[in-house]
Amino acid sequence: MPDAEANRRLLSGWGRTSPSAAVVHTAVDGDDAVKAASSPPPRGVIARGLGRSYNDAAQNAGGLVVDLTGHSHFLSFDPASGIVRAGAGVSIADLIEVCLPHGWFPPVTPGTRHVTVGGAIAADVHGKNHHGDGSLARFVDSITLWTPATGVIEVGPDAEPEIFWATTGGLGLTGIVLDATIRMRRVESSRMTVDIDRAADLDAVMALMTEGDDDYLYSVAWIDCQAVGGSLGRSVLTRGRHALVSELEPGDRRTALAVSPVRAVPAPPWVPSGLVNRLTVGAFNELWFRKDPPRARGVVQDHGWFFYPLDLVSGWNRMYGTRGFVQYQCVVPFGAEDALRGAIERLTRSHAASFLAVLKRFGPGTPGPLSFPSAGWTLALDFAVGPRHLAGLLDELDVRVTEAGGRCYLAKDGRADPALVPVWYPRLAEWREVQRRLDPAGVLTSDLERRLDLLGRGGPRS
Amino acid sequence: MRDALGAVQRVLVLGGGSDIGQAIAARLAAPRRAAIVLAGRSVAAGDLASRTGSDVAVEWFDARAVGEHRSTLDDLWAAHGGFDVVVVAFGVQFDQADAEASPARALEMAETNYLGAVSALLECSRLLRAQGHGAIVVLSSVAAERPRRSLFAYASTKAGVDSFALGLADALRPDGVHVLVVRPGFVRTKLTAHLKPPPGPLATTPDAVADVVARGLERGARVVWAPPAMRWIMSLLRHLPHAVFSRLPI
Repeated sequence: MPDAEANRRLLSGWGRTSPSAAVVHTAVDGDDAVKAASSPPPRGVIARGLGRSYNDAAQNAGGLVVDLTGHSHFLSFDPASGIVRAGAGVSIADLIEVCLPHGWFPPVTPGTRHVTVGGAIAADVHGKNHHGDGSLARFVDSITLWTPATGVIEVGPDAEPEIFWATTGGLGLTGIVLDATIRMRRVESSRMTVDIDRAADLDAVMALMTEGDDDYLYSVAWIDCQAVGGSLGRSVLTRGRHALVSELEPGDRRTALAVSPVRAVPAPPWVPSGLVNRLTVGAFNELWFRKDPPRARGVVQDHGWFFYPLDLVSGWNRMYGTRGFVQYQCVVPFGAEDALRGAIERLTRSHAASFLAVLKRFGPGTPGPLSFPSAGWTLALDFAVGPRHLAGLLDELDVRVTEAGGRCYLAKDGRADPALVPVWYPRLAEWREVQRRLDPAGVLTSDLERRLDLLGRGGPRS
Repeated sequence: MRDALGAVQRVLVLGGGSDIGQAIAARLAAPRRAAIVLAGRSVAAGDLASRTGSDVAVEWFDARAVGEHRSTLDDLWAAHGGFDVVVVAFGVQFDQADAEASPARALEMAETNYLGAVSALLECSRLLRAQGHGAIVVLSSVAAERPRRSLFAYASTKAGVDSFALGLADALRPDGVHVLVVRPGFVRTKLTAHLKPPPGPLATTPDAVADVVARGLERGARVVWAPPAMRWIMSLLRHLPHAVFSRLPI
């Protein structure tokens, strides 16, 4: 590649930790991506979308990174059936913008709309509807995938299911997703009707969720990880569904399918490390806990606010300062509530300031060997990098989660012990077999893969 | 790879017999039992493996054999699958009087501490740049900051490597490679066993240096001092008028 040096860039994940340098090829379309990936440098290739993985999943130090965001074309969209075939670089925001005016919404969406279809498949993302609907892979009819061994192929739950399931949640290591066919969700309006409950403690919120989640399409609880004693785990539970036209104010009915503007206030360009600390998080938590009434029913919210409150501040990841932050997300099976309680108690005691602590119930997982969600409770936390006890604390959480039969989300992990991965994902060996068939020469790799030795090449590599 | 909290997985020590080098390797290896490669002319790994729980390998490296550096380092990289951190720990220190009486001794210090380091740093830079990430820890000395009558032959070699490494740090930043210059004061080691330590808290230990290095790597520092208070002492000494400085009993 003659332009290699000119296109060398430092890349990091959304957490802004562990940057590494790679040659970035910005593909204009699928053919261009395939061409670039077909002659990889010695340190291999990985695809990248909008860089929203918190960790090093879309980095490839010293190698090639194929940026698919230029492949943001809609190949087809049928407004009657809601089936859309979108280039890998199409974002959730693009899907909403194109499909929502016709009454179709993404079937699964993570907490930001700035993720690409390719990245969402590679992470097998989940949303607030996982308890009833499962992860994104459940709504994908087919994927156009390039792999080193097969070239471009079509895979789906019925065609080459092994490859399909290895690719959903496969962290980009089975090949490059070029486009995908997704079944969208029929909605009458772009608004949400939302019920809000404040829960005094962890047991209360878990009871509310266990009893009531099935009545809601979407459900998620925000936990105050600094509340101690009797208030341990005090929470705000937000549950909702897409509003019917009849539920809107008469004046809003004409614009029932209006798309929330993707407008955002920029975060300051530089923030000192340490701004997100116990005091600021404590103050925020108090405000957040009190911002809604203790109990509200049928509140109409805009989908932008309901799903993507963080998108309102562009570059919010900079708020954690120059050293960045890590996201920790685990799941423990139903029945291991004690382990979850123990973990939250431990966190609270450690005084580690987690700005965002989110609790949700997962439904059953998919057949994807590396897909993260599985039936149980999932807890997601953010931590600013810096406090010296953080590494030990997270290792301790890993032990609790592992002993409870749970696991962590590889698309977010930035620091796990590689030895835990085969325990968390017992079908790793099976996945590696499929992976090796698609990539016998070992061309596909990433910083995440090297760090955790996901491909099983005899240990972590530099 | 280095993880999000700064833990590393593979460490190379050039001058693997160095007490400070081994202490740094042990400290960096601790969080995730990183593999350690000690490269030098005669390296005794001692109980490093049992102490750290890490795989420890010993390899050949001669700081003064600059003509061999490229092939030696290429081989090390190929054999061990790259490194997240390289510690440039080799160095010799002869008495100032020896160095003045025997130019060969002064030259040996210059060849090892400066020429050897320049060569090794450039070869490691090439390999780390190709790798797209990594860190180099360069052992300089507080002596590099201002030459003293009692130590200038050694100090000048460290001043050379210190200056080179600071420039290299800026050159490598866009490549995701971090260079950390470490300026220890008096460290009680094999190398300094024959020297009289300074009074009180100004003498430090390899483990204390290792702690300072680990913190410096975590926060992306360019220079660290060990003990950290040396920074302010040296700043003061640097700014003393020469007439005063030259009369100090140091």
